[in-house]
Amino acid sequence: MAIIRDMIPTFDLFQPTDIGEALRLLDEHDGAWVLAGGLDSLDWFKDRIKRPETVVELTGVADLAGIREGEDGGLEIGAMTTLAEVARSELIRGRFPVLAQSAAEVATPQIRNQGTLGGNLIQDTRCWYYRGGWPCYRAGGNICYAGTPKSMNREHAVIGQNRCVAVNGSDTAGALMALDAWMVIHSADKEREIAAADFFLGPDIDIERMTVLEPGELLTAVRIPGNWAGTRQYWEKVRDRQSWDWALASVAAAFDESDGLIRGARIVVNGVAPTPVRIGAVEEFVSGRTADDDTGLVAGELAIRGFRPLRHNDFKLPLTRNLVRRAVRGGALAGAAE
Amino acid sequence: MALIGQNIIPPDLVAKVTGRAKFAEDFRAEGMVFAKLLLSPMPHGRVRRVDARRALAMPGVLGILRADEVPRANAPGEQALTDEPKYVGEPILAVAAVDETTAADAIEAIEIDIEPLPFAVDPLDSLRAGGPDARLDGNTIRFGENGREVVSMKWPAEVFRAAEAEGRLPTGEPTDEWEMGDLDAAMGEADFVVQDTLIHQSLTHHPMEPRSSMAYWENGKCHLFGSTQSTGRAHGALAGQLDLDPENLVFVGQYCGGGFGSKITGSPVYLVTALLARKINRPVMLRINRYEENYIGRGRPGFQAWTRMGFRGDGKITGIDLYIVQDHGPYGRSGDYFTASLVTHLMYQPDAMRFRGITVYTNTPPRAAQRAPGGAQIVAMLEPLIDKAARELGLDRVEVRRMNLPGHDSTFGPARNRTTSTFAREALDIGAEKFDWEEKKALSGRRRGTKVTGVGVGVSPYVGGSSGFDGLLLLRPDGKLHIHQGIGNLGTHSFADTGRAAADVLGLDWEDCAVVWGDSAQHLPYSSVQAGSQTTHAHTRANHAAGLDMKRKLQEVAADTLGGAANTYTVAGGRISGSGGAMTFAQAARRAIAMGGEYSGEVLPDDINDVTRRSAEALAGNGLMGVARDNFSHEGQTWSWVIGFATVEVDTETGAVEILEYTGSADCGVVVHPRSLAAQIHGGAVQGFGQARSQKWVFDPTWGAPFAHRLYTARPPGILDVPSSMDWVAVGEPDPQTPVGAKGIGEPPVGAGSAAVTSAVADALGGRCLCRIPLTTDVVLAELEGRPPPHQLTEIHS
Repeated sequence: MAIIRDMIPTFDLFQPTDIGEALRLLDEHDGAWVLAGGLDSLDWFKDRIKRPETVVELTGVADLAGIREGEDGGLEIGAMTTLAEVARSELIRGRFPVLAQSAAEVATPQIRNQGTLGGNLIQDTRCWYYRGGWPCYRAGGNICYAGTPKSMNREHAVIGQNRCVAVNGSDTAGALMALDAWMVIHSADKEREIAAADFFLGPDIDIERMTVLEPGELLTAVRIPGNWAGTRQYWEKVRDRQSWDWALASVAAAFDESDGLIRGARIVVNGVAPTPVRIGAVEEFVSGRTADDDTGLVAGELAIRGFRPLRHNDFKLPLTRNLVRRAVRGGALAGAAE
Repeated sequence: MALIGQNIIPPDLVAKVTGRAKFAEDFRAEGMVFAKLLLSPMPHGRVRRVDARRALAMPGVLGILRADEVPRANAPGEQALTDEPKYVGEPILAVAAVDETTAADAIEAIEIDIEPLPFAVDPLDSLRAGGPDARLDGNTIRFGENGREVVSMKWPAEVFRAAEAEGRLPTGEPTDEWEMGDLDAAMGEADFVVQDTLIHQSLTHHPMEPRSSMAYWENGKCHLFGSTQSTGRAHGALAGQLDLDPENLVFVGQYCGGGFGSKITGSPVYLVTALLARKINRPVMLRINRYEENYIGRGRPGFQAWTRMGFRGDGKITGIDLYIVQDHGPYGRSGDYFTASLVTHLMYQPDAMRFRGITVYTNTPPRAAQRAPGGAQIVAMLEPLIDKAARELGLDRVEVRRMNLPGHDSTFGPARNRTTSTFAREALDIGAEKFDWEEKKALSGRRRGTKVTGVGVGVSPYVGGSSGFDGLLLLRPDGKLHIHQGIGNLGTHSFADTGRAAADVLGLDWEDCAVVWGDSAQHLPYSSVQAGSQTTHAHTRANHAAGLDMKRKLQEVAADTLGGAANTYTVAGGRISGSGGAMTFAQAARRAIAMGGEYSGEVLPDDINDVTRRSAEALAGNGLMGVARDNFSHEGQTWSWVIGFATVEVDTETGAVEILEYTGSADCGVVVHPRSLAAQIHGGAVQGFGQARSQKWVFDPTWGAPFAHRLYTARPPGILDVPSSMDWVAVGEPDPQTPVGAKGIGEPPVGAGSAAVTSAVADALGGRCLCRIPLTTDVVLAELEGRPPPHQLTEIHS
């Protein structure tokens, strides 16, 4: 079969207006595709690589959007809330700046106006072999084209590789994991909440999907508990150009600090593995220490233990190390040697 | 007041900003249907079998066009469709259907069997003994007994072994070489020698408007709507390719959403639209999407280069030894590598120089000119080496450049060419002043936290004008001057700006002028291609010539009508006044129609081109005609210059580079249109920033497949990659070899932007040249961290 790209084939489109109807449609139509902002989905459709017969578009489900205060000083954010709203929300910026900042650096203003928090979280990987329709492990085949010694894998994983070497491309995922967020998931017959740390799947568990979402399930909201509200938080993303670019590596972190010492920390890096990676060893190390460059230096080295670069991505080791170092000391300039 | 030198609102502006401008894709015709292309899935292969029965039986499918139905191309030329695809994405066939979705579904329903053939992605792989050739007839092109011929060249294993042992680019037998002076002696006089292997990736053009086209046939005449840089020349080229009398092709290309050298005339794919429309006898629209544009939209050739440059203690360059392996794509012959050698010699004026080069066919998409072809690559590659030497010798970097730059009397290249004028030193000086080089250079190496400042300067010359074309003017009976322009409208304003040369001769206000362009049915004169920065020079001249012709005729018409000697009449403000009284332009136009002969275009000059003649004949009798060939003297080559200055900050912990400010300083002769010049200097620089920093064309060497075929993977710069502070200045000295004094300026801004950034990054790194473009985060960070380079020494597609 010859290949056509950039040309969406026809499908049946459903546009429910409430969550129940959306879940019923997903239940009734096997293989139904959930369409949110469309930035990930339409790329797949245009290239005719994913060809669902049925698409359920959630734009009309008002209950899925919006930012609500939680009882514990936390927030609940509807999955269909746009990234632009997340980025500019005073509530989020005040309590969880790491999330607002990560959303603000997704792609471009146009994409943030259209793209949703839920869509950003569950986006598929951008491995260009996989996105190009190559029959790799992740696509149901039995080979990884990106992991060979001659592959073009500059953007790929340096840890967590397991047959597949693709990376998670979500900017907000790391931030939510650092905030101990919960993912609220509905299906036609049940509701469940999964910790962000358990939501993302590596290829060791399931090589064909990025999250725990099962067919028929819908990520309806993200619940952020209040325990990290108002703490010192840090976000940084390094990319080749300053708009419309996924992270070469990013760091999202939250620090509970008092009396000049870090009392507790969450440090998550992304763009380096098939899932966002919470670095427990670093969190343990920094606890009880001052948030300075000396602590950051060791933290950075600890962060990249076990990293195994591919042919073209050795640079992600020093990059990740330095991002973690900056997160601990609090920025590019603070505490840096003059 | 003369119009040349003033800002104007070009006549296409309102249509563009209101969306009323019709680009090729916006045209419709009664009964129009859509076509889609079947693109090659492999880098090199031979189509063994096509079974389109199922596709053609689908409701709404109207026909198919195969490779044997398009004009044959002689090697190494490119056909519009092929049964021997030489790159992933090459069009093999096209299908037409009542709508685009049906056409796409029909393409998918075609069974195609392609026999894989050996392919080469990296030029050096193809040059190894036993290495694959990208083409069945060879891997390079050189002069042989019968002119240029495609041959297969392989270098002995020893060449590669020696180079690998020395950690440098292999440099075997070239296809092109020249040498001037005694290189060994020149190197012997050097107090400091730099020697490096330098890599520059290929990169695609990515015009905003892809090369979509629409065509229909009516009474044997083909009407073709496409996107082009040069309307008149596209018309001629397409008529030739379609084997049509030019009278039987109407070509419309009024607006062009970017070309950058990739749409100089037509595009091979336009033939598919025209021929499919003829075959199925329906108007056909072939929309090219971004994915397809990546493949058929042309690219700038990459270079794998090696150089050795010798410097005297005072900074004078004694000798240059330059070798370039060019990554060519599978078709044609791009002269970038050779032009790069001329640019090098011109801008550095060494006592002796040797150039050797070879262009190697690869199974990657076709290459074509991209703004300053060859020049933009080489200046960005070499300028940091000048910095390296200056630093080593303790010299000011601007001073080293000034010392080596040519003057008006300098020669360059093996033919010892001369330029028409060279104000490069003046451009360097006023640019340094505008940028405040003396202050800014003190910032070099400044640390702000983890960020270190680099300050750079990049010199970028390129050819800026041709001559010998025609101007065609018609003064209508309403007194309005119609300026017919065969050049295209690719957003540079020159289709309008150059017409002002005629208006100035006649002393007319711009409101009394109308530019006629973009449609071959509107009777356009023979024009230059709108490429190589030719048009500002060529068509200020041609319109000046036609203006003088019209002025003479106005005087003679007045004298004939009012009495007295023609030369006593003055022409200004829409009136011809003299001893016998005065008449308006409108009256003169009506009188010219009555007088006939040369005045109304019934009698034409002998030396105009046939294209102009046909147009003039069609317009004859409709007013007073000014028509002339540009016969003004033009001795020497016309070259323009831009010197770029940039300040960057490199984050030593991430490798991220931020361009903080940029100033471009031009020598382009008389400034025709200040606002447009600013757009050229700044816009070109932005393209250069992408080239230097982020833009990529990645291919998997095992499968020959491209990856950077989306805007987000190819990474042209976005607005956030552009410094908020950009400035410009121009010398403004007229070129003495052209009556209006203006030179073209489309080409050099790209190299200036790119070289200023590569120079500034090297400066931030303490004078270390990374010798690889683009200077992406990984390259910079690996250097800062002392880690192994992320790309092998000569790797060009990673």
